[in-house]
This record gives sequence, structure tokens and C-alpha cells, in this order.
Amino acid sequence: MQMKKLITLACSAAIAGLSGTASAQISGDTVKIGVLTDLSGTYSDLAGSGAVLATQMAIDDFIAEAKPSFKVEMVSADHQNKADIASNKAREWFEREGVDAATELVTTSTALAVMKIAKEMNKIALMSGPASTPITNEQCNDVSVHYTYDTYALANGTAKAVTKQGGKTWFFLTADYAFGQALEKDSSAVVVANGGKVLGSVRHPFPASDFSSFLLQAQASGAQIIGLANAGADTTNAIKQASEFGITPKQSLAGLLMFITDVHSLGLKSTQGMYLTTGFYWDLNDATRAWSKRFFDKQKRMPSMVQAGQYSSVLHYLRAVKAAGTDDTAKVMAQMKKTPINDFFAKNGKIRDDGRMIHDMYLVQVKKPEESKYPWDYYHVRQTIPAAEAFQPLSESRCPLIKK
Amino acid sequence: MKTNDSMFDRATPYLFALLFLIGLVAPFAVYPTFLMKILCFGLFACAFNLLLGFAGLLSFGHAAFLGTAGYVCGMLVRDVGLTPEFGLIGGTVAAGVLGWVFGVVAIRRTGIYFAMITLALAQMVYFVVLQVRATGGEDGFQGVPRGNLFGVIDLSDNIAMYYLVLFVFCLGFFVIYRTVHSPFGQILKAIRENEPRAISLGYDVDRFKLMAFVISASLAGLAGATKTLVFQLASLTDVHWHTSGEVVLMTLLGGLGTILGPLVGAATVVSLQSELADSVGSWVTVIMGGIFVVCVMLFRRGIVGELQALIQRAGIR
Amino acid sequence: MEIFGVPSALLGSQLLVGLINGSFYAILSLGLAIIFGLLNIINFAHGAQYMMGAFVAWIALTKFGVNYWVALLLAPIVIGALGVLLERTMLCKLYKLDHLYGLLLTFGLALIFEGVFRDQYGISGQSYPVPALLEGGVNLGFMYLPIYRGWIVVAALTVCFGTWFMIEKTKLGAYLRAGTENPQMVQALGINVPLLITFTYGYGVALAAFAGVLAAPVYQVNPLMGSNLIIVVFAVVVIGGMGSIMGAIVTGLGLGLIEGLTRVFYPEGSAVVVFIIMVIVLLVRPAGLFGKS
Repeated sequence: MQMKKLITLACSAAIAGLSGTASAQISGDTVKIGVLTDLSGTYSDLAGSGAVLATQMAIDDFIAEAKPSFKVEMVSADHQNKADIASNKAREWFEREGVDAATELVTTSTALAVMKIAKEMNKIALMSGPASTPITNEQCNDVSVHYTYDTYALANGTAKAVTKQGGKTWFFLTADYAFGQALEKDSSAVVVANGGKVLGSVRHPFPASDFSSFLLQAQASGAQIIGLANAGADTTNAIKQASEFGITPKQSLAGLLMFITDVHSLGLKSTQGMYLTTGFYWDLNDATRAWSKRFFDKQKRMPSMVQAGQYSSVLHYLRAVKAAGTDDTAKVMAQMKKTPINDFFAKNGKIRDDGRMIHDMYLVQVKKPEESKYPWDYYHVRQTIPAAEAFQPLSESRCPLIKK
Repeated sequence: MKTNDSMFDRATPYLFALLFLIGLVAPFAVYPTFLMKILCFGLFACAFNLLLGFAGLLSFGHAAFLGTAGYVCGMLVRDVGLTPEFGLIGGTVAAGVLGWVFGVVAIRRTGIYFAMITLALAQMVYFVVLQVRATGGEDGFQGVPRGNLFGVIDLSDNIAMYYLVLFVFCLGFFVIYRTVHSPFGQILKAIRENEPRAISLGYDVDRFKLMAFVISASLAGLAGATKTLVFQLASLTDVHWHTSGEVVLMTLLGGLGTILGPLVGAATVVSLQSELADSVGSWVTVIMGGIFVVCVMLFRRGIVGELQALIQRAGIR
Repeated sequence: MEIFGVPSALLGSQLLVGLINGSFYAILSLGLAIIFGLLNIINFAHGAQYMMGAFVAWIALTKFGVNYWVALLLAPIVIGALGVLLERTMLCKLYKLDHLYGLLLTFGLALIFEGVFRDQYGISGQSYPVPALLEGGVNLGFMYLPIYRGWIVVAALTVCFGTWFMIEKTKLGAYLRAGTENPQMVQALGINVPLLITFTYGYGVALAAFAGVLAAPVYQVNPLMGSNLIIVVFAVVVIGGMGSIMGAIVTGLGLGLIEGLTRVFYPEGSAVVVFIIMVIVLLVRPAGLFGKS
């Protein structure tokens, strides 16, 4: 007993001694993580306070697991989906409050703004929430990691799988702005490449609440699959009204950008049978269930992929800081890129030079109401899309950092 | 406002000089980007106040000018490669032209009609900005370089940028101050107080109102263009009707029809937003709404208006 | 058969769908018009009150098992009562001031309502099922019409024309119209004008809540469902002529149809068509189609 205690003491002294030297390179002996997210707007269910909780869990787990000699702190703020608020906050955090990494950053406009500031100030941006591909293409930089998903992975995964399974004719319902158009374009290419045919599309204003006119046009096209190239409330309203007008299940819907929060709010009755691609599902295996249960106990909701990805990205970052023994941006980025990511969220995940974290994605189909056995039992996992296929290949990259 | 003009007129030069001095040293005490944001929104609110406080026209679409100028300035600087001063001028002119168009459509109506028409017109601008590819849609117009002022002064330095913003603000503020205290401003006030009478005195009321609208829109545009340079981006938020509502709040909170009120209101709202963002999360809009209600119900004169009344009461005694 | 390259069946169905949307515009702009007529206040909180109507129905169903039909009555009463409370405690203090303060107050209230519901129920919204009696649909030959959509048109038109009848043809309505024209005179005749005003505001708000319950089964019940709709409805009221009861109803339905047509021929423009019409109308008839200058 005495002996054991002594050894423990000696060990911890040794660790303290060792890390004492290392921590000299950590500014202020504190690693500070800023969570900049949407706490009040459109994406607050998807990311929001759940992402803050996930970050805190990652920090707690890291401290328990690694017993670091440096302190880890978290600050969080609501960017209200406004790019100028995000940019102002990030600048202030980096300049004044010693924040080492700004994380989460749901909505592309805020993410792009913060990435630029991170680059300018030589800090790190870890993005779990935003969707658009310019983050790792035209606008990419070497201090940013796009972690959880992007529109390419979601649209590509869903369109390919659905076309291969016999959904050969498509009609797109597209939100009429850059994001929706990009989603439609990417998916159309995939449909055609897999032997399908695009019969047409209709552009609806953004945001719209009534989709009946557009759905009737989709119905008149006679396409087997109606691709929903929109997001958020537009998607949920379109799905709800499709079932109301008897369009589903005769024609099937494919959600090109959908989250478990959307399925949860719509219910299984109107979403059943839909295919979608996700980077995470809580009921995948024991590890995901264990983590998600901890999350659920605090948040009273199951985690979305953004929230799970947020945990994983923060943990990966903290481990990299510890391994590199410094919070120096270049060294931590190098460490993060060289270490494979293995946790409940990702198996052998890898951060590429364009900042894209690639990991397996899952093609899922929404269960019928009678197949759902317990709360949040929503998906059949139909297929695992290997990391290499799931994301945009580097050969197609438009990121200037990628030398071809 | 009317009765205590003279007293304040006497004190005004000193007050302005004091504020200007504070403005000069402020960036060494307070975070410059934050100050720049206050000054941009301050100018925006002052421009708005010119219309509501001095001409009695409530525009619920002022975000359109702020945003349009922001995007135009961004395009001129980032895509055309002009120096920042041309970006500012281009943005201002674009907003002025847009203001003229809005004015021609809306000016014949007053009061609530005017508010709703400007709101609807601004909504059209929003949809255009959302759909045009060049604006980047939801992603926002990102990565605008601050560039070198006159090709010489590097604005990427925050302090240099700050002084430019301070200069722009003072310029805009001066224009507004001169406008209010000119014969033109007097006619505007006369129109606000009693439009039929102004008409009977032979003034072409619509023309004066249109002129006030164009000036207000141009200055709102100047604020928007400056804001784009500061944050190096323009986004949909700038043209959304919530921003139009926000500027009303700033003006109302600071003091409608007072010359300094809008700046005070802008500073208060911007600081609140920034502080609340960290502490209360999702309650930001509720608190903003609450301030609106309290202002309308309890102190319609706003912070500066109430202060003036207080000082005046003390003076009388 | 095709008309301008569009199959006539599709055209017919689009017109019908336009009519359904028009019903929502009609009932919402009617509420706004009534309130404006008597109180001279633009009720910016109208969208939020519409949203709250939908939420009351949803809460009544999920928490207390109250069915749709009861909710259709209950929600307008609850939200109408809330409206009466607002009028008595706040709005009534503003009548002597510039109209703008009413607009600003209700704008602030809308922010508060939306914020509170967002905090309580999240943003992604809740699903409200179609009542069992109105489930399913009928095949009209040119389209499949969900019965519930048909019900929306019937219910909305009944309420709209009932309201019109009440205002134009009954004694209460006569007081109301007189109160709009000359409140002092009506007060002198021994009619309780403040009570009339309170009742009117409550009724206008109740109409919004009624529309909210009607909308609950077709749209996702979410805290921001009213905030974008309200701007379009404002434009409808301006086009119709502020304060005109019939103007609000007819314009609402008409714009629904025009919007429906735009969605076939030029879907990209369907969001702005209302505003374009508004600009044209204002240039030609500044007081609106049915308004008196």
C-alpha cells in the first residue's frame, strides 16, 4: 500500500518534471478553445449548446486521460449566424484573450470569415458545422480543418447510392442561391456518372414555406427520385408537404443535406424510406452508443453529427498539443495531420493538406414508424462509404495548397 | 429638442472637441475593431436619424443601402482591384443611386405607408443579393483586402484602419450636422412639424424629402462600405430586414432627433450584442426586443434625449 | 392540352395551390387591415402571433391531448386574450403619439415572442399531424388535392367573409366603422370606444392565431414561421389599400393566384413578384387598389 503510493508519487513527480519542460512552450500554460457557434438561430439545434457541451466533454475527457500539465479552458459565444460578429469575436479572442483555436463555426459565411482571421493571426480554426466545399477548395488555408462533413460528401454519397439502387430518373428541387445550385450541380454530375438521368429541376426562392407548387412540378416530371437541394426548414417543409400531396411514397425523396435533427422534428411518418448520408449515427456501435448516452444525459437530445464531430475534433487537437508539447500553430497542425484519428467518431480518420478531414461516411435509410423500437431509433445503416470514396478526391481539388 | 437648442448649441463645440479627443486616444484603451464597428454602426444610425429624427420619415429598409454599398465596395476593391478610397466612394454612390430609386417610389407616401414600402423595396434588394452569383449568396462576400489607402498607407494595420474609420465617421457626421443646421435642415424640420403648412409656404416638399432620403442613403452606404473594409467581408446579414430594425433600435435607444443620440445608441447596442453573445446565448433577441419595448413605453426620448432633459431641468432650477 | 408550353393540368393545379396560399394571405392581411383601420397601428407582431397560434395548437395536442377542432377555437381565444392584455397594458398608451411607435413596439414584441419560443422549443420545429377527419385526398383529374388543403380554403374564406359581413352589415360593425372615422363622435354617442378598440385588436390577433392553427398541419411549426411571411403580408395590405377590409381579402387571394402562376412560368421570381406588383400599384394608385386617398 505504502509502496504503491510512493510509486504513484514518484511517477507523478516525474511526469510533472517532464511536462514542466514541455509546458514552457505553451503560451500562458493554458490552451484556450473558443466555441463560436449559433446558439439562437437556424442551426442552434444542429450545433448550438450541444456543440458547447461536446467541447466541454472533450476537454474533461482529455484532462482525465492525459493529465496534462497545462490548463485547458473553454470560451463560447453566439455568432448569431452573422459573419461580422463572428469575425469580430474571433479577432478579439485571438488578439486579446489568448484563444488558440476557434472551433465549430456552423454556417459557411462565418466559417470563411474566421478562417481568414485565423490565418492572419496564425491560429487554428476547427470547423465541424459548416457545409460548403469552398472551405477546402478556393478558400482553403493551412491553419483550418474541415472536420465532420461537407456538401460534396453528403450529396455524392446519397446520389450515388440511390442511383445505383435503381433510382435512375431525377428531378431537383433547388433552393435558388449559390449553395442550392452547387448542391444540384454536384449531385447531377454524380447521377449522370452512375447511369441515371436528370429530367429537370425547379428553383424555389429561399426561404420558402409553401412547396406545393414546386412539388407538383416535380410530380408532373414523373421522375423516380426528387432530390432536395436545399437545407433546414426548406427541406423539412418540402418533405412534409410531399407526403401530404401523396407524392411520396410513389416517388422517393432524397435529402442531399439532412441531419438527424430534421428527421427528429419531422417524425418518421413523413420521412420513412428516405436515403441520406451522415458522418455519424449514435446507434452505430457500442462506442457511439456509450458516448451518445453521456451526451443525452446532459442535453436530453441525441447528438447530431456536428456535435459528435466537434467532440472528436477538439479531442484530436488537444492530444496533438500534448504530443507536440507546444501550442505553436504550425507544429500542432503538423502533429494533427500526421496522427490518424481513432475514436468513436472516426476510424483511421486523416486530415489532408487541403484541411479536409476524411473518414468513413454512412448511407442510411430512415426507418418506418413500426420499425423504430426506442426513442431516436431512426436509421437503418445501409452502407459504409469508405473515407477515400466519400470525399472529393484531391485530384479534383481547387485548393492552391495542393500541388498537382 | 426644440427649447434647449440654444443651450446645447453653446456647449456643442466643446463637447464635439472632447469626443474627438476621446476618439483619438480610444484605440489604445479599447479593442480597435470593436471601436470601428461602433463607429460604422454609429454613422449608419446617424444617417438613419437624419431621415427619421429630422425629416420624420421612418425607413424600414435602410439595410439595403448599408448592404449594397458594402458589396459594391467589396467588388471594387477585391475583384476590380481599386484602392480602398475608391471602394468607399463607389459604395457611397451606389447607395445614393439606390436611395434615389427608393425615394422616387416611396416619397409620395408618409408615415407607416412609407415604412412598409421601404421595407418591401429592401426585401427585393435582399433577394437580388441572395441570388446574384457575384455576391457569394449565403457564403457572403469574403476576403476583401483592406489594401493601401491612396496606394500608400497600409490599412492591414488595425490602428491605421481605425483612424481612417474615425475620419470617415467625422466626415459623415459633419455632413449630417451641416445638413441639419442649414436652411435645408430647417425646411425639413418644418415639413416634419407641419407638412401642409410647408406646402402652402410654397416649398416643393417631395423634392426636399427626396434629397434628404438620398443624403441619408448615401451616408448609410458610406457606413456600409467602411464596414466591409473593416471586417473584410460583406454578408447577407447586412441587407436583411433585421438590420433595418436594428438601426431603428439604435436610434430610438440613443435619442431620436438628437445629434449624438444615434452614436450613443449604436455603441450601446453593439456592446450589448458583443457582451450578450458570450453570456446569455439564445436570449439575445429577447433582450433586444425587451429594450425596444422599454424604450417605446418608458423613455421615448432615448438616452441622450433624457440626459438633455435632465440637464435642462437642473439648469432651470 | 398546353397553355404557353405548360400542360393545362399543371396550370390548373398551380392555380388551385395559389388559391390555397392566397387564403393565408387573405386571412392574415384581413387581421392587419382591421387593426390598422381602427387603431392606426401596424401590427408587426402579427407574424409572431400567427406562429404562437400554431404553437398553442401543438402544445395543446402533445401536452394535453386536445384535438385539432378544439384547438381551432382555443388558440385564437388564448392568443386573442394575450392580444387584449397587450393592448390594455401597452398599445393603449401610444394612440396619442406618432403611429411609428406602435410599429416599433410591436416589432419589439415580435422579437421577444420569437426569442422565447425559440429558446423553449428549438429551431427545427415540430410536426403537427393532419386531423383524422381530413386525412387523405381526392383526385380532381388534373391533380391530387389533399382534403386538408381544401378545408383551408373553405375555413379561411368562411372566416374572411364572416368578418366582412360583421363589419359591413351589423350594428357592431357600424360602430366600428364609425369609430374609425370619428372616435370622439362615437364616444359622445355613448359607445365605449376604448372597449371597442380592445376588442378589435383582440379579434385581429385571433385571426392571426386562427391562420396559425390552419397552417400547423401543412407547415412545420417553427418559431420563425411567421417572420418571413409577415413581410409579404405587409405588401399585400399595401397593395390592397391600408384599412380596406374587402381590399385585404381580394388582394390576398389574387396575389396567391399570381404567385402560383409565377411559380410555373418563372419560379425564380416568385419571391419578389408581390413586391414588384406593389411598386407598380403604388406608382399608379398611391393609395392602393381599394384604398381611399
